Amino acid sequence: MREILVLSGKGGTGKTSLTAAFAHVSGNKIICDLDVDTPDLHLLLQPTHEREVQFYAGNEAQINQEGCISCGLCEEMCRYNAIHHDDVDAFSVDPIRCEGCKVCVTFCPEETISFPEKHCGRWYVSTTRFGTMVHARLFPGEENSGRLVALLKDEAKKLAKEKKIDCILSDGVPGVGCPVISSLSGADFVVIVTEPTPSGRHDLERVVALCRHFRTRAGIIINKFDLNDEQSENIEEYCRNNGYPLLAKLPHDTLVTEAMVKGLAVTECEESAIGTEIRSAWEKIEQLTR
Amino acid sequence: MKISIASGKGGTGKTTVTASLATVWDKPLLAVDLDVEEPNLHLFLHPELSADTEKAWMEVPVLDAEKCTLCGDCVEMCQFKAISLMISTLTLYPDMCHGCGGCMAICNEGALGKGQRELGTIYKGRVGGTRFLSATLRIGEAMSPPLMEAVKKKMEDIISREGRDAVIDAPPGVSCPALCAVMESDVIVLVADATPFGLHDFKLAWESFSPLDKPMGVVINRAGMGTREIYTFCRENAIPILAEIPFDRKIAEAYSQGRIIAEVSTELGTIFSSLQKNIRALAAGDEEEVGHA
Repeated sequence: MREILVLSGKGGTGKTSLTAAFAHVSGNKIICDLDVDTPDLHLLLQPTHEREVQFYAGNEAQINQEGCISCGLCEEMCRYNAIHHDDVDAFSVDPIRCEGCKVCVTFCPEETISFPEKHCGRWYVSTTRFGTMVHARLFPGEENSGRLVALLKDEAKKLAKEKKIDCILSDGVPGVGCPVISSLSGADFVVIVTEPTPSGRHDLERVVALCRHFRTRAGIIINKFDLNDEQSENIEEYCRNNGYPLLAKLPHDTLVTEAMVKGLAVTECEESAIGTEIRSAWEKIEQLTR
Repeated sequence: MKISIASGKGGTGKTTVTASLATVWDKPLLAVDLDVEEPNLHLFLHPELSADTEKAWMEVPVLDAEKCTLCGDCVEMCQFKAISLMISTLTLYPDMCHGCGGCMAICNEGALGKGQRELGTIYKGRVGGTRFLSATLRIGEAMSPPLMEAVKKKMEDIISREGRDAVIDAPPGVSCPALCAVMESDVIVLVADATPFGLHDFKLAWESFSPLDKPMGVVINRAGMGTREIYTFCRENAIPILAEIPFDRKIAEAYSQGRIIAEVSTELGTIFSSLQKNIRALAAGDEEEVGHA
């Protein structure tokens, strides 16, 4: 089985538009939106939910006011500054800051802090015109995105086995932190989408460093390459010098936004240079991962 | 006054807006990059960095195997799978540790001492009269909020000593790192574009940050691209539009050269001066003034 993941470091370089186009031009696969925080792939694939599952992860401390003797031990021991008391010494937990570490629960001499499980979001198995899709939505401001990403990946693998499909195509998250690290676990090939800007270049190098850290193979796509030819050439040189295949150079084309407004993958629109280049990029990815 | 520039979707122009605001701001300012996973503000502001760059650390346990009685109390305490007990071996996984200190507190034998895990590096600098703070998360480190907290502590020190305003470049998204960045701000400015993805993530950001109960407004970037739906959404939810930056390939090209957009033309400079006035009006609770400032 091949797990292909689209990443970028910098946000807004075109991960989701490209994932949708790959989903359109590729054969059998399970599609996976690993951006559980601000997912967008569903806007292009219009999934029909076949299964909806509630996502519970971690716990949250809650102080039971009746039992509290206002000793202040919990506030003192909390390393996340999540426990505060008001002027009448009523102690409470700030749910936004609570890390769910259980220290206050364990050390409360009156055992008056409860620790209920947190309902953090929902995840779905859906059908789309390009195949089965696994995706999720973390509730606003919630933690545990890494765990939800891991869960979606497991589910995608299970479905692929069941349906005898040998490819998982995943849309990733910007950054290099928790959800990105979680998405990289077990990935066979990373498609890094960059742009010829100082931010695009800087963030590309950090994602490459992360792929190297986890020993994951990667190839690079320069999006909007014609915005700045000099920067694009620098990125091409970087690919050559560091042994990363350049999979495609995509022109800046308003067709991408037009397709998005119509809820289509850009390759579903009329023939275009960008569409041809995306198809050829997918062929290269196929060759590199077979 | 602390202003955070946030977005939901990545690549909508947070850094562009932050860098431009920093150049037009009319009071002593501290520019802070809290996108520690992918910090970019320095690429546009080009601060002169001071020599006192420092590492930030998280306290994690180290095992003294001779003192350990294999009671398993620490394993039960840890909520993050950072300690395991297999037959007669206790193993620590410091990368999984969230630094709560619970294992050290619960160990009766003193078998868990204090160690450290590197989170990343904090940088300080100056651009003209503006002070600059940023940090980079160590590659392989999963948790950005503890490093962000360390940067915020330095930010508060500078603000209380020097009485500066602070403008914060926040990370994308609406989960814990984004909330960590905007939590203590006086004003939240959301940067959105009018594409379907931009609108969708802008709504999520609005929904996520609303419980913080802070004055919030929006800068519409690449205005004229995509659809008009974002204007309807702002009107229906009484979200003030603080500025509109036109969709123009020239702006994208200038950005690709590392230029600050407010400095590209007089018209663009005016957009950011008026954005500053609108932010002040919003902070003062004077929403009537927004747009007329």
